[in-house]
Amino acid sequence: MLRVEARTALGAFELDAAVEVPAGSCLALAGPSGAGKSTLLRVAAGLLAPRHGRVTCGDDVWLDTAAGRQVAPELRACGYVFQDYALFGHMAVWQNVAYGLRGVARAERRRRAGELLERFGIERLADERPRTLSGGERQRVALARALAAQPRVLLLDEPLSALDARTRASASRELAGVLRDTGVPALLVTHDFTEAAVLGDRVAVIDAGRIVQEGTAGELAAAPHSAFVADFTGAVVLTGVARPQRRPGDVTIVDLDGGGAATSTDRGSGPVALSVHPWEIALEPAGARGEGSAQNHLDAEVVTVTHVGNRVRVGLAAPQPLVAEITGAAVGGLHLAPGVRVTATWKATATRLVSL
Amino acid sequence: MTRGRWFAPALVVALAGALTFLTLPVVAIFVRSSPGNLLGALDDPGVLDALWLSLRTTLVAVAIIVVVGTPAAYLLATRTFRGHAVVVTLVELPLVLPPAVAGVGLLAALGPGGIVGGAIEDAGVRLVFETAGVVVALTFVAAPFFIRGAQAAFGAVDRSWLEASRTLGAGEARTFLRVAIPAAAPGMLAGLALAWGRAVGEFGATLIFAGSFRGRTQTAPLAIYERLGTDFDAALALSAVLVAVSGALLLTAKLLGGRGIARAAR
Repeated sequence: MLRVEARTALGAFELDAAVEVPAGSCLALAGPSGAGKSTLLRVAAGLLAPRHGRVTCGDDVWLDTAAGRQVAPELRACGYVFQDYALFGHMAVWQNVAYGLRGVARAERRRRAGELLERFGIERLADERPRTLSGGERQRVALARALAAQPRVLLLDEPLSALDARTRASASRELAGVLRDTGVPALLVTHDFTEAAVLGDRVAVIDAGRIVQEGTAGELAAAPHSAFVADFTGAVVLTGVARPQRRPGDVTIVDLDGGGAATSTDRGSGPVALSVHPWEIALEPAGARGEGSAQNHLDAEVVTVTHVGNRVRVGLAAPQPLVAEITGAAVGGLHLAPGVRVTATWKATATRLVSL
Repeated sequence: MTRGRWFAPALVVALAGALTFLTLPVVAIFVRSSPGNLLGALDDPGVLDALWLSLRTTLVAVAIIVVVGTPAAYLLATRTFRGHAVVVTLVELPLVLPPAVAGVGLLAALGPGGIVGGAIEDAGVRLVFETAGVVVALTFVAAPFFIRGAQAAFGAVDRSWLEASRTLGAGEARTFLRVAIPAAAPGMLAGLALAWGRAVGEFGATLIFAGSFRGRTQTAPLAIYERLGTDFDAALALSAVLVAVSGALLLTAKLLGGRGIARAAR
């Protein structure tokens, strides 16, 4: 269990946040740039000393400003993945990975670095310099280096932001696998809610130095506490498997995990993430298959009804969590309340597909 | 006549004038000293002594500068503290100090009647008119060239590299040795070449603080000055050697400096 609590000046405002990450789970700290998410990560690693703060990992106290205790970063055993990966340019890839292995003979260090590189499928790059690597390869080297010394926590600062859109999908899948396997608490910082939803078991949304809401991605999207969270959560993500297209030019049909199907004008095959914005989704009485142009109809049960300003967020179980954003007048017309069954409809053209 | 037509030619004329004036003396040294009398002059034991002394004293001075200057430059590059700008300015002061003033200052500080001269004498160290004094004078005038270069080189090292090193279990000292120095090496070497070049050419401070005694404190520039009236061929030969050494050091600095900047830009 990793606990981080910090209060410190942060530009024009103050960071005042506390997070808790159980072993084997990943908390995604999500928020706009400058919100203080990286600062909290740096406090956890000991790279920044807050005015007030407390950091504990299991029974070890890494920082306690009240008691005047501060453990140096090198003694905290944090695996830290930097935003630009911070690979040492003057060392070969394997030397980067082996950097954290101390008190081990050179041959043994080389062997262990080789094992990690093999696990990430890049052992052929062992003798290359980082500058010759692609973005995706650098990200893997950075992960391998962070994991080499068997860290007690994993801290990731925007681990996917330096990658292009194509590489990001596969890197994200791989990273999710790593986070599942390590078994240590992981704290991940991102400005992208979709990324937070895919990689984090839970998501904490941070704005202007404060954690404004924490929960699973589904909870945040369905029942945001504020307009900020509602806007920030953006698109809802469903997962499924795309059926092979019969003819080029056909829409893609995705069999959703847990039942139901949806269509998209995007192309895709195999496992995909399907995203749609809550304001694109309309609700109709259960079983309705309206004559409108919308291609997607999913039967769902209302789970939550949350008023956010002049909008209403309706959390649905379809059975995957789905969120519709509608006006207050529409809520009354449909008699929306938890437990009511409705049909969610939206257009195939408003549905984005990302390969997983 | 179209307006502005004269400007580009004027720039070319200015550069041509500057280039001619700045290279003419160097060219003249090689024109005046034929290979024959160059080799002949290098047979003169006094000339060889002066070159050998220059090599020894500049090497020792540069070694001292690197050992003390590297951590000092790292501190200036990676930490901010009250009076940082003042400290940087004080360290750079010898760059603009007239060499004669440096010599007088060294006498006033470390000479027999100097403010710490007594303590140095009590410790059994003699500097004035001694080879050790030459090293002191060279170190004084050349150190800022290295410290400035090293500070800029450390400043250009990506902060996240240093932080990554810490999170990977390396303390500050190990981070300094394993990451900061190798990453800053090209810039540091460029600064070192400039410092060495300055030390090789040092004249005024050495003459005033250490004197000009053959084999003991007479470095190559001092030997040139001594032979000027009596043996102009020897003075030319020594000058030719110093031109070659200085040119090589400048070229090294340029090549390494260029590489350092290219690396930082990636």
